[in-house]
Order: sequence, then structure tokens, then C-alpha cells
Amino acid sequence: MSTPQPPMPQAAVPDWQGGTAGSPYGGYTSPIPVVRTHLGHAIASEWTKIRSVRSTMWTLGVFLVLVVGIGLLVAALVEANASEGSLAGDNPLSFGVFGLLLGSICIITLGVLTTASEYGTGMIRTTMTACPSRSRVLAAKAIVFFAVAFSVTFVSVLLVALADVSILSGARSPSTQEWLKGTLGISLYVALLGLISLVLGSVIRHSAGAITIMIGLVLAPLVLALFMFTESLSGLRDALFNYSIPSQMSVFYTTSLTNDGPTGWDPLWIALGVTAAAFAGAVSLLQKRDV
Amino acid sequence: MIELEGLTKRYGEKVAVDNLTFTVRPGIVTGFLGPNGAGKSTTMRMMLGLDRPTAGDVRIDGKHYDRLKDPLTYIGALLDAKAVHGGRSAYNHLLCLAQSNGIPKSRVAEVLDTVGLTAVAKKKAKGFSLGMGQRLGIAGALLGDPRILMFDEPVNGLDPEGIHWIRNLMKSLAAQGRTVFVSSHLMSEMALTADHLVVIGQGRLLADTSMADFIDRNSRSYVRVRTPQRERLLDVLHQAGVTVVEAGSGALEVDGGKAEQIGELAAQHQIVLHELSPQQASLEEAFMQLTAESVEYHAHTDTPVDQPRPWGEGWNRS
Repeated sequence: MSTPQPPMPQAAVPDWQGGTAGSPYGGYTSPIPVVRTHLGHAIASEWTKIRSVRSTMWTLGVFLVLVVGIGLLVAALVEANASEGSLAGDNPLSFGVFGLLLGSICIITLGVLTTASEYGTGMIRTTMTACPSRSRVLAAKAIVFFAVAFSVTFVSVLLVALADVSILSGARSPSTQEWLKGTLGISLYVALLGLISLVLGSVIRHSAGAITIMIGLVLAPLVLALFMFTESLSGLRDALFNYSIPSQMSVFYTTSLTNDGPTGWDPLWIALGVTAAAFAGAVSLLQKRDV
Repeated sequence: MIELEGLTKRYGEKVAVDNLTFTVRPGIVTGFLGPNGAGKSTTMRMMLGLDRPTAGDVRIDGKHYDRLKDPLTYIGALLDAKAVHGGRSAYNHLLCLAQSNGIPKSRVAEVLDTVGLTAVAKKKAKGFSLGMGQRLGIAGALLGDPRILMFDEPVNGLDPEGIHWIRNLMKSLAAQGRTVFVSSHLMSEMALTADHLVVIGQGRLLADTSMADFIDRNSRSYVRVRTPQRERLLDVLHQAGVTVVEAGSGALEVDGGKAEQIGELAAQHQIVLHELSPQQASLEEAFMQLTAESVEYHAHTDTPVDQPRPWGEGWNRS
């Protein structure tokens, strides 16, 4: 890219046209070519942002350690303690869920930080000045974050899945559908979970607050259901249990656990619906509120 | 060119900016002056589309800010020095800004050089001093080589060398035909840089005039005289029909008087003068007089006009 050298502000400006060219409002005309910006520019900018802060490396690093580390550890433990034929009916991929459950907290944190940290630092004013279309900023952040979160999750989940299949000699070999759900499906689900966190971060505008809410959202239904002993609350208990995020994650590894509650690819569609609704809400809030 | 028309911002009951109408023209430095809390920053945020006006309109070269396709090449703004993610290096901070507006990457190194941060380009912004943060903010404003520049309190936290640098920078930017809009609560600072003045107090427009006019209209000029023969000089001046005010420490002040006239009178009557100096009340005083009126206007109802200032106020105004 060869662009004409723009003048140093202090230096004399030989190519100043005295307002004769360009603007009807007179004044300075820059030698920098005018570009009509679009979503691509915002995406490039957000990509630079996400890769240039340490928190990204930390959260994703911890995520990798948790998912791959715990995944391999569980597989080794199960294989060591398995008796002849005890794993025969098991989907070997399902042992990856433990690491991913913990790891998803990292993705949630990164999602929240992508938006909320800009409010904490004041960077958001710079961002919104550079790109006045607030929906474009949020969309660019969402696209870049989703791509990063999905690829990292997919790679680590795939790694654990391959290890599970080769380590757990006693288990059956998973069907194509199970492979798809246990790698692609769960990775999309976790990345969407992160995306909801990103959107929440943009609404709450406070990192710690948004992370707390998201972790609460993941854990609270399960914990609440755990203590609903009364028979009269059994309906609510089952719903809380079935639709809690950890249970929905396990759906990607099982053919069918219960008759009610989400099955198959349902959790993905639910997450997709929630994300879309949250995104729309966040955009309309962004338009209304002051930065 | 920035045009404001009836710009108003209310936060609930409180009016932060009240029906502001003025134009910021290219080729000169326009100072935006007001005491702390007068609504300067709110006005600037509305100009940049960060805050939505309750009423009224701001246009940048005829367009609303959010209609600008490449805003950084239209208008560069330094809002506050710390509007930066501390964990990001100066280079990456500017790079992400450049990318968002399709500005060539080479500009990043250029503006870093302009503000003198090349040596710390790869350092994290959180380790920067206030002055370095201010320079980084200015680098961001210059990035798109914009036609309009807006600085909110740019000299805050800068050392004398930095203040000198930014004054010259603003002047040279305006000399290139750009619109330069700079806010301050220091009249003395404005007097050195601004060609035009917009003064607000409590969100209202108090003055929109050229610097020279403002000085003429708002400041009092007088001649200070010191003499060992005080009584004689007072007599002589009275006879000549000149009003004299007694100032402290034995000096006399002649309002609107001409030093030549007084000197000649004294010579005629052989009066010894130890001092004969034309004085102009400082612009700071003129500014405080102007904004005090807007405070007075509000104070009539319940509080005495001459209430003491809160502790610490006015530190910056001496």
C-alpha cells in the first residue's frame, strides 16, 4: 500500500489546497484517501483489540488447560478403573463434558470482558467515536469473539474426543451423529454461551457484575433444583434441572436421558434463540443510552 | 465546521446544556471556556454522537456525526486521556482505531512520531504517565489527519514543555485550515492559543466572540501610579477631572486613563513618579466576572450573592 505521506502537523503543508478542493465547508483537505467504512473495518479493528490484550490469552489458556487437562485425566481415570465390559454401552465422547463445564466459565469471562471492559477503561468512548454505528460495533465484537471462542473450543473438544476414543478401549464407537453433536454441536453451544455473556456485558457495562450474573445463570438452576425436596415443587424442579445449562450441555453426549427436557440438538436452538433475543435487546439499548 | 443549534441535554431535572447555538469555524482555534461543571464535556460528547441531545442538533460539516462514513478523517477528538484499554500497547491502540476507519497502517507510526511516543510504542498504556496518556490521546485524534480537531482540556497533566508543544500544535493545525475546538477552564491558557471564544456557564451560552473583542469588552484597563507626593498628585488629577481609585500599598489606579496624560500632568507640576504603568485586568478576572454573573443570576432566590466559595474551588484559576 503506497499512500502519499501525510504532512506532519507542525511542518509546513505544501499540499494544502486552501479549501478550494473538496469540502464546501472549506478548510483543510487531507491527503489520506477517503474510505467508506463498513463492517469489515470494524471486524479488523475488533480482531486487533481481542488479540492485543493479555486477558484473552489468559482466559483461553486456562480454558485449554481445563478442557484438555481434565478431559485426558478423566479418560485415564475411567480406563484405569473400568472392569471388563462395564463401558460397553457408553459414548466415549461423553467424558469430555467435565472439563468443558469448568472451561465454559473462561469463555463466559472472555465474552463479558470483550464488551464490558471497554466501559471500565473508557475505551468505549474512543471506539464509538471511531465507529458511530453502535450496532456495527456490537456485531463486529460478536463475530470476532464467536469465531475465536468457537475455534478454540472446537479444537480442544476435538482433541479430547480423539483421545477419549483411543484411550477408552472398552467403549463403543460413536455414530456420526454423536461425533457431530459431541464436537461441532457442543463447541457451537459453548461459543453461544460466550456470546450471550458478551451481549450481557454490553448491557450491564460492568465486568464483575456481568460475569457473576452469567455464572449464576449457569449454576443457580441446578443448585436450586437440588434443594427442592417437596413433591409440590417437583414440576419446577424437573424443569430447572432439565433446562439448566450443565444438563443441556450433557444432552450433546447422550441419546436420551429423560423423556421431557431438551433432546438432540434442542439446546443449540434454545441458545440460538436466547442469543438472538438478547442481541436485539442489547442493540436497542445501545441506541437509546448514552455511551 | 461544527454547527450547534439549540443543543440541550437534560439529566432528569438537571439541565446540563441549555439551548446552545454557535458555530465553530475552520482556520482558527476556538476556545470553549467555562468553569468546571459548566457542561463543556457534555457538549463535546454530544458533538461526537456519544450522548444523545434532549433537544437541538449538532452538525459536522453539515452532517450528523453518526452519518459520517469515516469519522476519524472528519474529526479527531481527545476526550479524556484515559479512554484507553490499559493492557493494550500504544501501537495496538492506534492500530485498532486506524483499522476501524480504513486508515493506512503507516499513519500509526507517523502519529506516534508526531507526539513523541515512538520509543514507548510497544509499551502498555497503563504504565503511561498522565502526560504520555494525553499524548497518546492526541495521537489518536491526529490519526485520520482530520479537518476538525477537538480537545477536551488538553493541557491537563502536561509539563511546561508539553503545554508549550500542544499550544504550538493547535496553532499550526488551525493555520493549515483545520477547525480546532479546544475546551478549558483556564482563561489564561485560552488567551495564549484561542482566536475565538465561546464561553458557557451552567450550560448556557455566555459569550461567542473573538478573543480581541472579549478582552475589550470584559476587561478593565487602568493606569497604576506610585508617587511619594501622593496628596499633590491627587489634587492635580482632581483638577484635571481624572477619577482616581486608591489601591492598596500606596498605589493609585486611574480607570481608563492614559499613561501619557498622567505622566505629562505630573511633569508639569514637578511631581516625582515611582511607577506609571498601564494595566489590563487579567482575562482570568474578566472570565470570572462573566461566569460569576451566571452564578449570581441563580443565587438571587435563596442564597446570598457573596457566599464563600467551597473549599478548594478556584485553585486552578489563580
